[in-house]
Amino acid sequence: MSDVTPSPDANGHSEPSRRDFIYIAAGGAVAVGGAFVLWPFIDQMNPAADTLALASIRAPFNDIAEGEQVTVMWRGGPVFIRRRTQADIESARAVELAALPDKDARNENEPGAEATDPNRSALSAPVNEGVEVPEDVRASLIVMKGNCTHLGCVPVGDGAGDYNGWFCPCHGSHYDAAGRIRRGPAPENLHIPPYSFVSSTTIQIG
Amino acid sequence: MSGHSTYEPKTGFERWLDERLPIVRLGYDSFVGFPTPRNLNYWWTFGGILTVCLMVQIVSGIVLAMHYVPHVDYAFASVERIDRDVNYGWLLRSIHANGASMFFLAVYIHMFRGLYYGSYKSPREVLWILGVVIYLLMMAAAFMGYVLPWGQMSYWGAMVITNLFGALPLIGGPLTEWLWGGFTVGNETLNRFFSLHYLIPFLIAGVVGLHIWALHVPGNNNPTGISVKSSKDTLPFHPYYTVKDGFAIMLFLVIFAFFVFYAPDVLGHADNYIEADPLVTPAHIVPEWYLLPFYAILRAVPSKLGGVILMFAAIGVLFVLPWLDTSKVRSMRYRPLARWFFIFFVIAGLGLGWCGAKNPDDIFLPLGSHDGHATGITFLWLARVLTLYYFAYFLVILPLLGFVEKPKPRPASIADSVHGAKAGPQDSGVKPAPAE
Repeated sequence: MSDVTPSPDANGHSEPSRRDFIYIAAGGAVAVGGAFVLWPFIDQMNPAADTLALASIRAPFNDIAEGEQVTVMWRGGPVFIRRRTQADIESARAVELAALPDKDARNENEPGAEATDPNRSALSAPVNEGVEVPEDVRASLIVMKGNCTHLGCVPVGDGAGDYNGWFCPCHGSHYDAAGRIRRGPAPENLHIPPYSFVSSTTIQIG
Repeated sequence: MSGHSTYEPKTGFERWLDERLPIVRLGYDSFVGFPTPRNLNYWWTFGGILTVCLMVQIVSGIVLAMHYVPHVDYAFASVERIDRDVNYGWLLRSIHANGASMFFLAVYIHMFRGLYYGSYKSPREVLWILGVVIYLLMMAAAFMGYVLPWGQMSYWGAMVITNLFGALPLIGGPLTEWLWGGFTVGNETLNRFFSLHYLIPFLIAGVVGLHIWALHVPGNNNPTGISVKSSKDTLPFHPYYTVKDGFAIMLFLVIFAFFVFYAPDVLGHADNYIEADPLVTPAHIVPEWYLLPFYAILRAVPSKLGGVILMFAAIGVLFVLPWLDTSKVRSMRYRPLARWFFIFFVIAGLGLGWCGAKNPDDIFLPLGSHDGHATGITFLWLARVLTLYYFAYFLVILPLLGFVEKPKPRPASIADSVHGAKAGPQDSGVKPAPAE
């Protein structure tokens, strides 16, 4: 043992021995190797390739009457496509940004934009080349993921709640006509998925 | 499992085995000869009842898994098939579904017993902590099991609970997607819930083994909360407590059978007989009755992250309870103040369950009306008050009581308490014991 365990020096400290080095090196190798082995067991729970591949759907919007909403399924959950009335748009535009609990537009077409009504409506969505969609139609359309940002329930539409928009009865979250959270436990505005106008009658989500 | 073993192998085979694998000795020392306080009341029989519950759930669950299909397209139909076409499937599913409720009923009584008699106090802290671990595992198993039938409540319950994790800053979004294995609760989620629902009961069985081990080292607590001092204070577990527990188990099975045969759906929610629809939320999403108090705490807070933190804290606080209660006296039988606060705590727990079952904006106590609508105290506010008491009980009342409360005199020993009770009033002829 004396050749691997040097005697303490004058201050009572032992010099690190070659065996200490082997302990640390072996321990480090086990930790790194363990992490590499662990990662596949963690990552297998993330969405699989075929789940990720089911990424886009097309939905017609031209037959939605003013003041009506259709719900389509995208990525296993609901997406609301609502054609708002002029009064809806005006009420949403009249809201001061300062009155909003969440000032982010939550719009994947415009990351980081302010939660103004135009930034939330289809005016923010890209229009493919050669496609003509009147501006007033785009201003009236709003496309949002239909899950409450509190705990994922599907809010009731048709001007429900105290702010003429959507209302989640489960825990009492009120959204306005632009789908912005106004009151209740939900922390964020209803999320807007990436979508674009692929024809004068159809949007593509995802 | 501890102390001197009284096992004597009687046959040649037992002697042979005992020198190689002393498993008969372990069983004998744990469940036959084990010295048990002679004054245990019926609140102590729920440990045995819980063992039965766990075995019933494992056996019925293994059999149901032979018929169940964990796929979003077939799960709901496979459960209906179990109910209608599989031989005795209706019985097995009813046993498993109602068995979960019975399991929680028994575990809550077991836990309140522990709270009242101070079973969590030194030297049984590890025993208590292992119990809380079992309780957490039970809740995880019950939640995932509830998702499997893929009804409306299953789906939306899973949605609400998994979304809780989205409240965490930064990692919330990726974490929920990781839990789902997709963009929402879907087939991947159902598959992994089934796998874990099958695994967790065996984890529970393992921790139950540790729980019993940790029980048998210090030995049972008892209604006086006084430690065993001599062999006069104890009886061998068999036949005294095997018979007593056996009788209680039979009574418990009668209640269990009532639900299984006469009210198999009364503890569930009708909406779970509607197949899961990701596009439509039920008007009112509620968990099973045994999780309602925590659901009420979640909703009592007007912030998502705050609600989530408080809900998990409601269980987390149980882990540190042994160090929050400063009283030297274990049993609340001798703690006149703690006893009242405990009764209010039980009422608060039940009240929170009631709040969880109601819409938060419903009126609990009408106080006049406004524009033709009744106004008053809503269930949301009741839940807030009760949540406050729930946490105050653990974090304020129990820590302070140990300093301000004057305990009543305690009997000198368990044997004295038994004989003293026969002689007349509990205190007569009994010397007060030193604090413990």
